Amino acid sequence: MNSANPTSGHLDPEPLIAGNQTFRSVTERVCSIVEAKTPPIWFIAIGLAGSLAILLFGLIGYLVWEGIGIWGVNIPVGWGWAIVNFVFWVGIGHAGTLISAILFLFRQRWRTSINRFAEAMTLFAVICALIFPSIHVGRIWAAYWMFPVPNQMSMWPNFRSPLLWDVFAVSTYFTVSALFWYVGLIPDLATLRDRAKTKLRKIVFGLLSLGWRGGNRQWKHYELAYLLLAGLSTPLVLSVHSVVSTDFAVSILPGWHTTIFPPYFVAGAIFSGFAMVMTLGIIARRIFRLEDFITVKHLDKMSKIMLVTGMMVGYAYACEFFIAWYSGNIYEQFTFMNRAFGPYAWAYWIMVTCNVVVPQLFWFRKVRSSILALFAMSILVNIGMWFERFVIVASSLSRDFLPSSWDYYSPTIYDVGIFVGSFGLFLTLFLLFIRFLPMIAMSEVKGVLPQANPHYHQPAGTHGGSR
Amino acid sequence: MAQIFPRWTNRLPLAAVIAAPLLVVGAIGFVWYYFSPKYTDVGYRPVQPVKYSHKLHAGDLGLDCRYCHSSVERSAVANVPPTQTCMNCHRLILPESEKLLPVRESWSSGKPIEWVRVHNLPDYVYFDHSAHLRAGIGCLSCHGNVAEMEIVQQKEPLSMGWCLDCHRNPNMHLRPASEITNMIWTPNAEQTKFAEMTKREQNIEPPVDCSGCHR
Repeated sequence: MNSANPTSGHLDPEPLIAGNQTFRSVTERVCSIVEAKTPPIWFIAIGLAGSLAILLFGLIGYLVWEGIGIWGVNIPVGWGWAIVNFVFWVGIGHAGTLISAILFLFRQRWRTSINRFAEAMTLFAVICALIFPSIHVGRIWAAYWMFPVPNQMSMWPNFRSPLLWDVFAVSTYFTVSALFWYVGLIPDLATLRDRAKTKLRKIVFGLLSLGWRGGNRQWKHYELAYLLLAGLSTPLVLSVHSVVSTDFAVSILPGWHTTIFPPYFVAGAIFSGFAMVMTLGIIARRIFRLEDFITVKHLDKMSKIMLVTGMMVGYAYACEFFIAWYSGNIYEQFTFMNRAFGPYAWAYWIMVTCNVVVPQLFWFRKVRSSILALFAMSILVNIGMWFERFVIVASSLSRDFLPSSWDYYSPTIYDVGIFVGSFGLFLTLFLLFIRFLPMIAMSEVKGVLPQANPHYHQPAGTHGGSR
Repeated sequence: MAQIFPRWTNRLPLAAVIAAPLLVVGAIGFVWYYFSPKYTDVGYRPVQPVKYSHKLHAGDLGLDCRYCHSSVERSAVANVPPTQTCMNCHRLILPESEKLLPVRESWSSGKPIEWVRVHNLPDYVYFDHSAHLRAGIGCLSCHGNVAEMEIVQQKEPLSMGWCLDCHRNPNMHLRPASEITNMIWTPNAEQTKFAEMTKREQNIEPPVDCSGCHR
């Protein structure tokens, strides 16, 4: 991973990790978060998030009992917030694997500070996402029909349906992301095990670290395994949201039936995922004083990725309009005029403002280095990305081919409750993660410290201080 | 740090890797077999309020099924006969029999006998006896050889997969109209030819789409 050029460190104006860290200080800094007494703010936070998660499960129970009639779905809008939320959460889940796999293969060493919690965020977002398609089937006891298992009905899933591709794409994505995350955790879990003071911690971290000793042979195997998993995950980053987009693109509804959907969805997913990583990262670095690890430089780089993907999304919006006009298809033209100026125009313009206009501010270095601005913008981007999915689902469905069946979709209190509750579940899982597992990949951060370079020379006058 | 795990724990990961897929396959196999009507429903033989023997009536005495289940050719349901049907004969035959006491009581009080249903399809399945008989499916195909049953029991699973097997290829179950209630009829060497001809002539196309049965 390290450049063979000994001067490279001098050409780079700012180090990746600030605060003149040493191997020891990295371990201390990250492990202390997990080992110290639980801060009171954590209890408050998990109390709030946990209550919302309980709300989610309570409402799901009511949904199963009462049926999906409690939602605002109607005919013709048979897909409501459940699908919007599913696509929203799966999209958020894309940043983790992009950071951990693609940036790893491209040797982007700045990823080390953010990859661990971004991957955790991916897992939790995918868990939230998986809830929605499972409950929107209505009769959730029949959800196993989605899997090709032998049964007395001689019934098999329809392999021509993109909804089935979804099942495989998302569950594969979850499995590979979980494996990748766990393999990356092993050396750090071993560090926690070695530092453990109580018997329970020794046993738990001992089990989880799978006998890791940190020998040369183990590192050799480990790095190969990590590389292979990165290679396996890379196509998934692009494929999962492409498959999700086919849920729409394969149907013949104007506004859905377009070939631009897969790349457009992938760009949007990375866009929203990075926004969520930024939101969580800014909160975490502030609360746990991790400014040296998640530096302004990291946020700056994430902003640039968001600028690129945000412009891709904007291009896709424009392209849809162009194709609607260029195709000469009156139904397609009506759909897009209706989107921008019809009953859902308010949602459309929220989407355009948040996803196309707001990211333009990322052009300015001043904005990219202002934590407050970035925080606000990252939240706006996620609001915009949620509205993107809402616009796609609601505006196309509500204007059917048959004007007599046109209807306006509006959510009920249960739609809102379940969506808000899914944030509760997401945050609960995330809070548990930052409390019990190292949220920064210690072993990888150590690898990008200047001391890890074989050609490293200690600056004069600091002898003996580095270890 | 002292060792907290004994040496044998080194084998746990390998054991888990072997056990996990076996467990998944085992669970699927368990559900597939033990949750299927083949296991749960076949052989269902409830005790009926009257000790009525199909073997005696339909077998030894040779009554036609349609004498009692008279609506089977015209209706979706094959009716359970009313008490009056029994009394057609039993006013004269064994009028004092101990076994027939509940039948005579029902006759005099007008309160029907509460027979226990043996072949019970779920409510979400649309099944029509008359359509099946018209196509030439014999009673035997679904109900087994009732003429040999002392007490009627379910012989076939009546599961969706079982229905579909026949809907996809009914050839071995199609009979001439005269043999519908025959319990000992077996297909001969010309059966396939006969079935293909019948299907062509009578336009028999068993539905295999969802709405064929789930209407």
